[in-house]
Amino acid sequence: MLSLCLGCRKLTFISNLISGISLGGIYAVIALGYTMVYGIAKMLNFAHGDVIMVGSYVVFMLTTKAGVNPYLALVISMVACTLLGMTIERFAYKPLRGASPLAVLITAIGVSYFLQNAAMHLFGTQAKNFTSIINFEPISLAGGQIVISDETVVTIAVSVVIMIALTLFVNKTKPGRAMLAVSEDRGAAQLMGINVNGTIALTFAIGSALAAVAGVLLCSTYPLLSSTTGAMPGIKAFVAAVLGGIGSIPGAMIGGLVIGVIEILGRSYISSQMADAIVFAVLIVVLLVKPTGILGKKYVEKV
Amino acid sequence: MKTKSRRLGKNTKNDLITYGIVIAAFVVAEVMQATGSMSSLLRGLLVPLCMYSILAVSLNLTVGVLGELSLGHAGFMCIGAYASSIFSVCTRETITEVWIRFPLAILVGGIFAAIFGFLIGIPVLRLKGDYLAIVTLAFGEIIKNILGSVYVGYDANGVYVSLESESSLAMGADGTLLINGPLGLSDVPLDANFIIATVLLLLTLFVVLNFMNSRSGRAVMSIRDNRIAAESVGINITKYKLIAFTLSAFFAGIAGVLYSHNLGYLAAKSSNFGYNQSIMILVFVVLGGIGKMRGSVIAACILTALPELLRELNDYRMLIYAIALIIMMIATASPKANAFWEAHSLKKFISAKKENKPAKEVQ
Repeated sequence: MLSLCLGCRKLTFISNLISGISLGGIYAVIALGYTMVYGIAKMLNFAHGDVIMVGSYVVFMLTTKAGVNPYLALVISMVACTLLGMTIERFAYKPLRGASPLAVLITAIGVSYFLQNAAMHLFGTQAKNFTSIINFEPISLAGGQIVISDETVVTIAVSVVIMIALTLFVNKTKPGRAMLAVSEDRGAAQLMGINVNGTIALTFAIGSALAAVAGVLLCSTYPLLSSTTGAMPGIKAFVAAVLGGIGSIPGAMIGGLVIGVIEILGRSYISSQMADAIVFAVLIVVLLVKPTGILGKKYVEKV
Repeated sequence: MKTKSRRLGKNTKNDLITYGIVIAAFVVAEVMQATGSMSSLLRGLLVPLCMYSILAVSLNLTVGVLGELSLGHAGFMCIGAYASSIFSVCTRETITEVWIRFPLAILVGGIFAAIFGFLIGIPVLRLKGDYLAIVTLAFGEIIKNILGSVYVGYDANGVYVSLESESSLAMGADGTLLINGPLGLSDVPLDANFIIATVLLLLTLFVVLNFMNSRSGRAVMSIRDNRIAAESVGINITKYKLIAFTLSAFFAGIAGVLYSHNLGYLAAKSSNFGYNQSIMILVFVVLGGIGKMRGSVIAACILTALPELLRELNDYRMLIYAIALIIMMIATASPKANAFWEAHSLKKFISAKKENKPAKEVQ
């Protein structure tokens, strides 16, 4: 009897772990956008979370109002978010290049307010019920004792693919290596003939496209869509990026997964209201032990 | 006497102007109230305006004087609000005189926030830059989360605390519920008013401005400007950083006291004590000018009143606010704009006129 109970506890733990990894995958995809932009433009793009929301709204509107095929809608949403990200960069952040980091931060907050309120105007204050665009049979394991939803499977698969593709892109292709170079030393990169402005725009484009994907994954699993949908996941993903060491791409992936798993496990085993507090507490503990995050570079102070 | 008043330092003169602006604004508001030319909307805003000014000035102490970005200021405000509200609710029967109870509540709120500022500051101030910012944000969210879901009650046997529900407190029959979880405290005495709020704002300004001109304040600023140089001349980095951070938390706590005693109820939500609020205060500080206390007060007043005064524009007000924020930032902080302002500044215009006369000294 006891062993059976222990067995089912273990199974619940496994299924919790899997949903944690799934949420972590979403956080990781969002955190990638944060960390890439931070690495290159040295700014905290607070509006990133709201790009997620815009991406989800685009898919929602296309599928429910226009009856577009959901996968086509996702592609359109990615294109729309890419354009949005580049527009934001061009009009709000580019004029402030070289200004104090705080000024850029406040501008990013302004952009975030703008996107939230614009969305509230365009789509109304009523929260929408997002219909998942992923529709196939859930997978059941261990004789039906663990059921993994189709959203979870797709989320994990998509985030793994994105992480691999992005790692390859950054390390193997020319524009990717240009991104690394710009984040390492902007001045030197420019002297080497790299188009710095173009590279920064490209970074925003990629980050925003990823945000669109993350938005759809997020809303497929947690279907309530409103103008503030992106805010809290955005902050959590930011926490994930910092936890992994901001500026580091593998760090964002690890950080995202850690945050997702801790959030789900904390919610199911400790307290559902305290889940956020637990996530933040873990961040604090990690940063106190390792002040630049898990994979962060050590900062050498020169006199 | 005449010569003495003339010898007022540049700092003192500047500080006096700041106090003067606050007092003048107070007088104008009082006159408007007395003549009845103030809308009820604006009247309701008077205490919040002072509260946000106090918050902005206190955060400016961390951001401008200490030079560290804090995104958890609302957390200290939350602690001050809860500590003082519990105090006021508990002593409502025993101390009936408002003029004794409310100052005590202010002290309780400020001191509790300062204690937490000190405790949080010890680990946080070891970090740097964005890492420090995100950890302060984390602390703020944790405070809001815990105070927003805790149940506290007391009876003859003592105090009970639970995170689950009211019934899990298991109090005796004579038990009184103090904090009702997410609903918070419902019956905080309405002790705050515009006069007290203005006095508190003046007090905050007085302490902060004098701190900046004091030995400790200069030590803090030297840490901001060059930590290694400051350390090498024997300044105790941790001590002075903690002094500034704790002082900043103390005044944030006082703002929290004003908040709850002005509303009459208190519940920690993301809208009042979440990171959004902390960011809002940071916006005041940055737009008002980092390290400029007068600017903080002005920016806090304008940006708090702006969305309310734009109420006729209804739903568009936050949209306009967002656009105004972006444009203001680009117009004041971008390198191109700076060059433009420098080229067209009034000072240059005046000095260009002066240049026609022979120069006084040539180096």
